[in-house]
Amino acid sequence: MRLWEVLKERKGRIAAKWFEQVVATYPEETAKFLKSKRDPFSNPVGNTIKEGIEGIINSLLDKGEEVNTFLDRIIRIRAVQDFTPSEAVSFVFQLKDVVREELADMSDESWLTEEISLFDRRVDELALKAFDIFMGCRERLYEIKVDEMRNWTFRLLERANLLEEFERKKKNL
Amino acid sequence: MGVWFSLIVVIGLIVFPLIGVGLLGLNALFGIVVPYVALVVFLVGLIYRVITWGKTPVPFHIPTTCGQQKSFPWIKYSKLESPATGWEVFMRMFLEVVTFRSLFRNLRTEMGPGYRPVYGSTKWLWLAGIVFHYSFLIVLLRHLRFFRQPVPEFVSLIDSFDGFLQIGHPHLQITGVTLLLAVFYLFLRRIFIPQVKYISLPADYFPLLLIMGIAGSGILMRYFLKTDIIKVKELTMGLATLRPKVPDGIGVIFYIHLFLVSALFAYFPFSKLVHLGGIFLSPTRNLANNSRMKRHVNPWDYPVKVHTYEEYEEEFREKMKMVGIPVEKDVEEEKPEESEESEQKE
Amino acid sequence: MAKAAKPPKPEEITKSLDYKKTPETHWMDTPVEFRPGMYCYGTRPKYLEEVGMPNPREWSSADEDWKLPENWKEIVLEGIADRLNKHRSFRLFMDICVRCGACADKCHFYIGTGDPKNMPVLRAELLRSVYRKYFTTGGKLLGRVAGARELTMDVFKELWYYAYQCTECRRCSVFCPYGIDTAEITIMVREIINLLGCNTDWIMGPVANCYRKGNHLGLEPHTIQSNIEMMCDDIEEITGIRIEPTFNRKGAEILFITPSGDLFGVPGVYTCMGYLMLFHELGLDYTWSTYASEGGNFGFFTSLEMAKRLYYKVYAEAERLGVKWILGGECGHMWRLWHQYLATFWKPPDNLEDPVSPITGTKFEHANSSKIVHVVEFTADLIRHGKIKLDPSRNDHLKVTFHDSCNTSRGMGFFEEPRYVIKSVCNHFYEMPENTIREKTFCCGSGSGLNSSEDMELRMRGGLPRANAVRYVHERYGVNMLANICAIDRAALPTLMQYWVPGVEVCGVHELVGNALVMTGEQKRTMDLRMEPLPGVEEEEEGEEEE
Repeated sequence: MRLWEVLKERKGRIAAKWFEQVVATYPEETAKFLKSKRDPFSNPVGNTIKEGIEGIINSLLDKGEEVNTFLDRIIRIRAVQDFTPSEAVSFVFQLKDVVREELADMSDESWLTEEISLFDRRVDELALKAFDIFMGCRERLYEIKVDEMRNWTFRLLERANLLEEFERKKKNL
Repeated sequence: MGVWFSLIVVIGLIVFPLIGVGLLGLNALFGIVVPYVALVVFLVGLIYRVITWGKTPVPFHIPTTCGQQKSFPWIKYSKLESPATGWEVFMRMFLEVVTFRSLFRNLRTEMGPGYRPVYGSTKWLWLAGIVFHYSFLIVLLRHLRFFRQPVPEFVSLIDSFDGFLQIGHPHLQITGVTLLLAVFYLFLRRIFIPQVKYISLPADYFPLLLIMGIAGSGILMRYFLKTDIIKVKELTMGLATLRPKVPDGIGVIFYIHLFLVSALFAYFPFSKLVHLGGIFLSPTRNLANNSRMKRHVNPWDYPVKVHTYEEYEEEFREKMKMVGIPVEKDVEEEKPEESEESEQKE
Repeated sequence: MAKAAKPPKPEEITKSLDYKKTPETHWMDTPVEFRPGMYCYGTRPKYLEEVGMPNPREWSSADEDWKLPENWKEIVLEGIADRLNKHRSFRLFMDICVRCGACADKCHFYIGTGDPKNMPVLRAELLRSVYRKYFTTGGKLLGRVAGARELTMDVFKELWYYAYQCTECRRCSVFCPYGIDTAEITIMVREIINLLGCNTDWIMGPVANCYRKGNHLGLEPHTIQSNIEMMCDDIEEITGIRIEPTFNRKGAEILFITPSGDLFGVPGVYTCMGYLMLFHELGLDYTWSTYASEGGNFGFFTSLEMAKRLYYKVYAEAERLGVKWILGGECGHMWRLWHQYLATFWKPPDNLEDPVSPITGTKFEHANSSKIVHVVEFTADLIRHGKIKLDPSRNDHLKVTFHDSCNTSRGMGFFEEPRYVIKSVCNHFYEMPENTIREKTFCCGSGSGLNSSEDMELRMRGGLPRANAVRYVHERYGVNMLANICAIDRAALPTLMQYWVPGVEVCGVHELVGNALVMTGEQKRTMDLRMEPLPGVEEEEEGEEEE
């Protein structure tokens, strides 16, 4: 597909713009910090978003399987950063804006109209996946709360022979 | 908001002597009274601050340890980061004050994306900080030549080193320029780094702008609006020897410079600039990491209510006996009354 | 563009969403917003009553009305004044900050939450602004221009909210050119909060428990004993050796105290099993105490006075039992306090002697005044002198990294001893990146009494920098075990790992020691201390059977 070729050519710029937009959802001082080119250990949020975005674009264009991994990394962070579910996954849709902006110079070409809707569908799929991951992360949070309670009271539960019971209940939660 | 406010205040501080000396001819006020008052405020204020801190006790032994403690002879400990003796604390403090070690820490090599080493941008803060402070110090020392006759040798030496570039006449003194540049950088980062901008108060912009004014007026006076140095020295020597006089024919730029300096001195004790004295007293830096070797006493320690073993045993004696844990009182009598009350212990 | 894009208009979708931009207002004009998952519940009145602290009442930190006494403002201001006169650190740190911003991005909570008020400098400014208003001439006269602000209920709530988003980890203090330690300021703010009875339930409960029953979990003497006996049962199953520890025994040479978390929860109990096995193997003359049964001290997260009250038991019990010195288990804030505060709180009793290892004869000279020795120091010395037999291959299924706890790192300087022990008992050890360990270590995100479940989002964010470094060694070297010397770490890091780096487990250093320790007369080990089969061993056995 022609669009894919164009996008591959320009993916560096697209990733950079998309990153800018995602980071812009944070307060100004924070955004600047997230953008700073610090090491991944001093600035894990910024670096994770950056790597995640590059990874998502690559696997989107190459139909890579690991798109979930990259989506997961970004969403796992947003899932604990008081975003509502819609806010947390909305960054996926920003990719549409970014790509359209990037292709503004060829908006008159007829092949684009057709191909861009294919691209849009890809992004929509991505958003659905993102939502699944978000829900998974939130569920995980509740699970680990339960697990933590079990760990804290491990001996008590063990003594009362309640551990199996506990596991069973947890599964049914 | 903070920037504009501070800027207006500094401009006000320039306009003051401009009117006072330029129009009203209050040379004695601006040449003698103001500097003396400022100096007294500075000295009394700073001493008062340092004494207040010094009088405030250090109840607990709380050095921040940034290196290996002294434990076994076969483990090398970090004398500077985790000092165990007074001498090592002195060295830690000395390097902190002289080289700004803690700020320098930011300079360490870091890993960039793809795990390439990159250097943190914060080294600029350290660099600007150190250039600023040393330039200021040297400029200050250089000014001693206005207050001593004959000029001490080390001052002349500094002077000649400072002017080593031998550009222009009088020779361009490099510290004047570096001071201005460093202050300008420190100012710009407060405007352009959003995080730093967010935390900045008028009290952060004001001293920077004031110092810019001081350095600016000094440079103007030296290189552009030439002032009669001999007469200036007459005035300053008068101040230094407590026989003040105001010779005629000193340009108003000098009075502006002097007034800004006075403002800085008078403002000093009331501002964050007191870190000059405070840094020496910081308990996280000036204590040895030896609290298990040497007992630290809290001067205001007071008795507190505690739960004694007797009270504890009273509550759990039966349970303890049941499982064979030894108890103090192995009797089945009723509980003695007095142990109900908690004790005060020191 | 419109020509190409007919179907869903992306701008419309995104723009209709409420993006999370904070108001572009000055921080003083941005009131605090209590967000669920970011704060803990207020304390129940009964806990305050049990230890005689002020203003016990039913309240919730989410309520509008915190039911404070009418003169609450006076109490707060008097509280500040009192502390300014008692703590040089506090007064100095109120005065000398130049707001250079070097600390800003050093805080794990700022890195993880992005909330500007979590920059250490701003966290301190929250109080500093009040200090200026009421205690400095400039602030009184000039108000806002001098960075001063009125103390209002909103300001008090803001102080509360952010005092419980600081784990007192001291990382900022390492980078501050004047050594300003936000922990010192947070400690003061929390003390003032406690003058009004506004502690969190998660901190106050353990405090009340510890005061009366001797430990945070509220374990009574018989429970402590039976818990430890259960561990001995497990040890017997694993090694074939029966251990009979003693409790409250007078005349023992050493009193051993460890955080009570190690008696009850996993993976703490495995660490505790490690101690039991080691002491047994050495034939150490030591005793447990059910009265001084807590090494940790949630009182420290309440007020220094409460910390002192809870730690009365340590030396008092050492005196009553007539021991020679005290050995302390693996714990973070416990060792900050034992190292820097304990002997100041309470004078070591005269019956204690300079600590000497009965096995190696090593004099622990660095503990000659306080008479307290860290168990990892004790073990490192044993290994150094070759006094215990170790088989590190029993830990071969583990690829280990070490998390430096904030408190032992920046409040003690305890770096090499644990590493020496780990490297002696494990064959696979990998360090995390340099600026995330030692004095620059990142907090677990749950320290200083924040490890409850109601503030889980906060903990996950605060722990992100730590988890991120673990993920790096996990992906790069296959690290699957995160060792540490802190009971709160052992409780909080498993949760953190579950969320951010599944596949990495958490253990205390002495669990690894217990695994590797070759005990006299032990049966062939087929399980580790978690009673999970040791990988190589079973295959070997099967092989033997086939022969």
